[in-house]
Amino acid sequence: MEFKGKSLKDRDFKEKNILYTDWHVKAHYAWDCGVALSKFFEGLKEGKLYGRSCPECGRVVIPPRMFCELCFKPTDKWVLLKDEGRINTFSVSYVNTDASRREKPNVPAVIEIEGASEGMGILHLVAHPEKIEWENLEEVLSMIKIGTKVKAVWKPSNEREGAITDIKYFVPVKEE
Amino acid sequence: MNERVAIIGVGYTQLRPVSSDVSFREMIYEAAVRAYEDAGIEPRDVDTFVAISEDYHEGTAIFDEYVPDQLGAVLKPVHTITQDGLTALASCVMQIKTGLFNIAVLEGHSKASNILYPSHIDAFALDPVTVRPLGFNPVFLAGLEMQRFLVETGNTEYHCGLVVAKNRATAIKNPIAAYPAEISIEDVLSSNPVSFPLKELDIARKADGAFVIVLAKESVAKRLSPYPVYVEGVGWLQDTPNIEMRDLVSSLYLTGAANMAYREAGIRNPIREIDFAEIDDTFSYKELQHIEFLGIARPGESGEMLEEGYFDIDGEFPVNPSGGNIGCGYMYDSSSLRGVYEAVLQLRGFAAERQIPDVETALIASWRGIPTASGGVVILSNRE
Ligand SMILES: [Zn+2]
Repeated sequence: MEFKGKSLKDRDFKEKNILYTDWHVKAHYAWDCGVALSKFFEGLKEGKLYGRSCPECGRVVIPPRMFCELCFKPTDKWVLLKDEGRINTFSVSYVNTDASRREKPNVPAVIEIEGASEGMGILHLVAHPEKIEWENLEEVLSMIKIGTKVKAVWKPSNEREGAITDIKYFVPVKEE
Repeated sequence: MNERVAIIGVGYTQLRPVSSDVSFREMIYEAAVRAYEDAGIEPRDVDTFVAISEDYHEGTAIFDEYVPDQLGAVLKPVHTITQDGLTALASCVMQIKTGLFNIAVLEGHSKASNILYPSHIDAFALDPVTVRPLGFNPVFLAGLEMQRFLVETGNTEYHCGLVVAKNRATAIKNPIAAYPAEISIEDVLSSNPVSFPLKELDIARKADGAFVIVLAKESVAKRLSPYPVYVEGVGWLQDTPNIEMRDLVSSLYLTGAANMAYREAGIRNPIREIDFAEIDDTFSYKELQHIEFLGIARPGESGEMLEEGYFDIDGEFPVNPSGGNIGCGYMYDSSSLRGVYEAVLQLRGFAAERQIPDVETALIASWRGIPTASGGVVILSNRE
């Protein structure tokens, strides 16, 4: 089928040959972390991972929360967890948020933290244990798979600010 | 299903200018625990959940995905209404009326204190090619409407000041209110001009907080609750988005929504058949405009009636016994749930120091705020 009209070029937008809107919303927010996430972030600043346990179902959850979403009861204990765990699942990503291609892929993963209940994990990056960056898919697959044991690599304590990025990434470690 | 729908549980948090000690999750959980306790249910008894949110007010896209945990709604039917709270309440009523659901839960909250540039968010709601490029702070819309309403009806800025003084003072007896105060009409009239004739104290200040409301069909309600409050009528509608084309004297959205709710509730003479009302007062003049175009007073008469004490908490037709948005705090689309909460307490006889004696029927009327012309009306009653 043939369409009447003319195709638009980048130039048409720049020279305002067409009507378009470009509005930068000042969508800036404070974020009240509350009791549970504040403790979680304080812990990260100290290089520690805190979970929270439910007296009803006995689960230890991380990131921590003040109530169990399944039992609908308040959680009641802070539990200090190890900064290591196992890969629940991972992907090898070749695209940035703006859809541009990455030359070298990065590896987002769900990491089940040791000491937390099964299926409880945090989202983070997995890096190459020596050179940090991964060359390609083959290299990633040769070193990690679902179930691989990983350990956190922290920023130096004077650079930590109480944020999820206080952990730089996780790296695969040898089984004992 | 021919049974009526009743409110059987209400839960709240204290309304506050800031709430930096709790997350939105922890705040909503607190309100939900109270509501379920009040209704005598567990979340597992609930068949459907409805939540109110607007992504730009929450600070995340697709906020409805954040709803389930703090309501006990994981793996349950949930949906979000990006509209005023009474429209969401209507959605609960309709779901129960299908006969497929016995118990519905409604949630609304505000973390207004976390929105750092609220005027910029309001401005983004304006038409991108015909209005936004003019560069006004959107509050000018309230100035435009207030001007036309006052000139056309003969109500005055003094009357608007009286609304503020009444609602701030009434809020003193409401333990959950964020802005109780003894202030004079002179204080309001001499406060900073914002967009003539609107002044700083004419504008409800924002508050953080949460409400959760449990609804059930009549037979279930009677079994669970010693004091069910029945939803006798609901109405909601929207006027044109073209501000220039709207009737800026009359809040037609409320006239229409009220007619819809009155018809369902069988109300012919609202001022005789209704005992009190919780009515949107996000801007002082809005309380007067809404009173008149809900048919509670004739156009131009609300100001004088207010002066005579007609709408005071001990007057003939109390308006905003809670203190309204001006006394309690504006919570965006969830503001009207505070009105529902207040009406339920009054109709149960649980409003303590501010209890209005012998009340049977309440009206709640909402407006969705700038730049909208949407509103809702709900009629509640404790009559068997
Ligand atoms: Zn549990």
